[in-house]
Amino acid sequence: MKKVLLMGNPNVGKSAVFCRLTGVHVVTSNYAGTTVEFTKGYMLLGQEKAEVVDVPGTYSLEPTCKAEEVACEILKNATKELVREGDVVVNVVDATNLERNLYLTLELMEQNIPVIVVLNMWDDTKHRGISIDVEKLADWLGVPVVPTVAVTGEGFSKLITQIYKARTPMVRKHTLEERWEDIGKVVSQVQRLEHRHHTLLDIIQDLTIKPLTGLPIAAGFAYLAFKLIRFIGEGLITYVMQPLFDNFYTPLMMKFSLLLSSWPFWHDVLIGKLIGGEIDYFQSLGVLTTGLFVPLAAVLPYIVSFYFVLGFLEDSGYLPRLAVLLDNLMHKIGLHGFAIVPTLLGFGCNVPGILATRILESKRERFIASTLISIGIPCAALQAMIFGVLGKYGGGPVAIVYTTLLVTWIVLGFILNKAIPGFSPELLLEIPPYRLPPLNILGKKLWWRIKGFLLDAVPIMLVGVLIVNIITVLGLFESVANLSAPVVTGLFGLPKGAVTAIVIGFLRKDIAIGMLVPLQLSIKQLIVACVVLSMFFPCIATFTVLLKELGLKAMLKSMFVMITVVLVVGSLLNLIL
Amino acid sequence: MSHKNVVSLIKLKSGQSGVVVGLEAGRGATHRLESMGIRIGKNIKKISGMFFHGPVMVQVGHTQVGIGYGMASKVLVEVA
Repeated sequence: MKKVLLMGNPNVGKSAVFCRLTGVHVVTSNYAGTTVEFTKGYMLLGQEKAEVVDVPGTYSLEPTCKAEEVACEILKNATKELVREGDVVVNVVDATNLERNLYLTLELMEQNIPVIVVLNMWDDTKHRGISIDVEKLADWLGVPVVPTVAVTGEGFSKLITQIYKARTPMVRKHTLEERWEDIGKVVSQVQRLEHRHHTLLDIIQDLTIKPLTGLPIAAGFAYLAFKLIRFIGEGLITYVMQPLFDNFYTPLMMKFSLLLSSWPFWHDVLIGKLIGGEIDYFQSLGVLTTGLFVPLAAVLPYIVSFYFVLGFLEDSGYLPRLAVLLDNLMHKIGLHGFAIVPTLLGFGCNVPGILATRILESKRERFIASTLISIGIPCAALQAMIFGVLGKYGGGPVAIVYTTLLVTWIVLGFILNKAIPGFSPELLLEIPPYRLPPLNILGKKLWWRIKGFLLDAVPIMLVGVLIVNIITVLGLFESVANLSAPVVTGLFGLPKGAVTAIVIGFLRKDIAIGMLVPLQLSIKQLIVACVVLSMFFPCIATFTVLLKELGLKAMLKSMFVMITVVLVVGSLLNLIL
Repeated sequence: MSHKNVVSLIKLKSGQSGVVVGLEAGRGATHRLESMGIRIGKNIKKISGMFFHGPVMVQVGHTQVGIGYGMASKVLVEVA
């Protein structure tokens, strides 16, 4: 099959071009390094199906981080295999940054594979007073050049017809200096800049990046984001999901419960225990009651609200500015400012957060960042359940859980930075202009993430509850509970029954928190249990991605750190509270 | 060329512009700076610098770049 590789600098819109060509949705944002793995899709070229690869962004073919390594590896593999007729590199270029982008273009043209240059964000050049002579550029480069606007689809029919015509340019290897010299020549010939006055947007851009105004604004944004997530999440639970369950689902389940009354085993597994003759979605623990209520009514609303707010932050271009503002703090814990992006992603789900650490330069940073995310950053599902279980006691207990996690995150990062040899590399980060995110793209991204949750997480939760019920009915947890009693009861001050929750936390943390409710814990015990569950063993999905990204040895080290931390923090909390 | 007006990005004041005249970083770091558009002969404007040895924000062409303190101290600029 023919192959189309989409390559270019970070944050030029390769993923948006990919969506347009293939119709497959991938996550796009307004910062460098959204794509850290390659994604494949298919498009029709006339009658023929062609494979399209969305390659992570890279500034040059000499990689400086893991994501760039992936990019260069893909290109190497493509050129190593005999280049078949029709294989082509589509080099996506940010038209507003022609000079810098052309470096990779020249490198690509020396690779003995056909190249097409796409001048993306073409609409932006007009408001920025940039005019580019497309024909002259195409003449000079000797390859087709097509202006496009990926978010609206402008220029794509022309791009597709050009993919047929692409030829391998005959270019000898140049040195670095020669390439920059060539770029200087061509840019001065094809590009004209008009002087432009400072706009309101420029003023806002400056205000959010200067320390005196930027830090208070960042704190304000964080508060607003948190309030907005709570407001939307709680609103969806109170006014949509809870009424839906109460009015439609509960009556149905009560009938089913009657039907099953002569089959106590299946009643226990599917419906669970009736509390005062009624189904209690937090305490019954049946597959069809708690197993469905937790993901759909307690967690899903928060998934929706979290990713709505995150999507807006991602696409606006604010996150790289936050990275610059927080660079100092992050250096204290062995990272640099841009590590804030994987960390924020971890608040949604640890898996994409840990994958995103590939944008960091060194192995040391990736180890520290991944370990800190899996210990100190609770995912959206876990947070939704922490609010669900602790929220009714007011803001205090929730605040204690969050403060403990934050302090642990900082102290542990500080210790890891001192203990692990090496240093944290310097920040060097392109800051994109602010853009108002198009609603259709925000909506698509949100829907894609919700679908991911429904398809990946919900089945695991149902299976988790099923396994717990069968094991409990068979009485197999006794021995495990007795074995771990010294730690759980001795150090953490939790009842033996909490062992079940901790073990099931390996499958899903949210279900594990839900399982604490029937234990009738005191507030103090609930707080300790929530903290222990957040920090202790990552869920199976996070565990797998840690193993894949860090390798066995580093993963075991990370686990060792985790177990030590959870023992120390859990017992300390038990002593202090 | 007189050197009296040459300072590093750290010493350059926010809002001041100049021309890059030297990159005294190692090979890898120099390559990364260059691929971001920070090269000898380019016009550069400092937008801001964070407190306590934090990163420096600059504008080169139509791109804004955040540069860590250590790396910024190795970018030499002749003040316009």
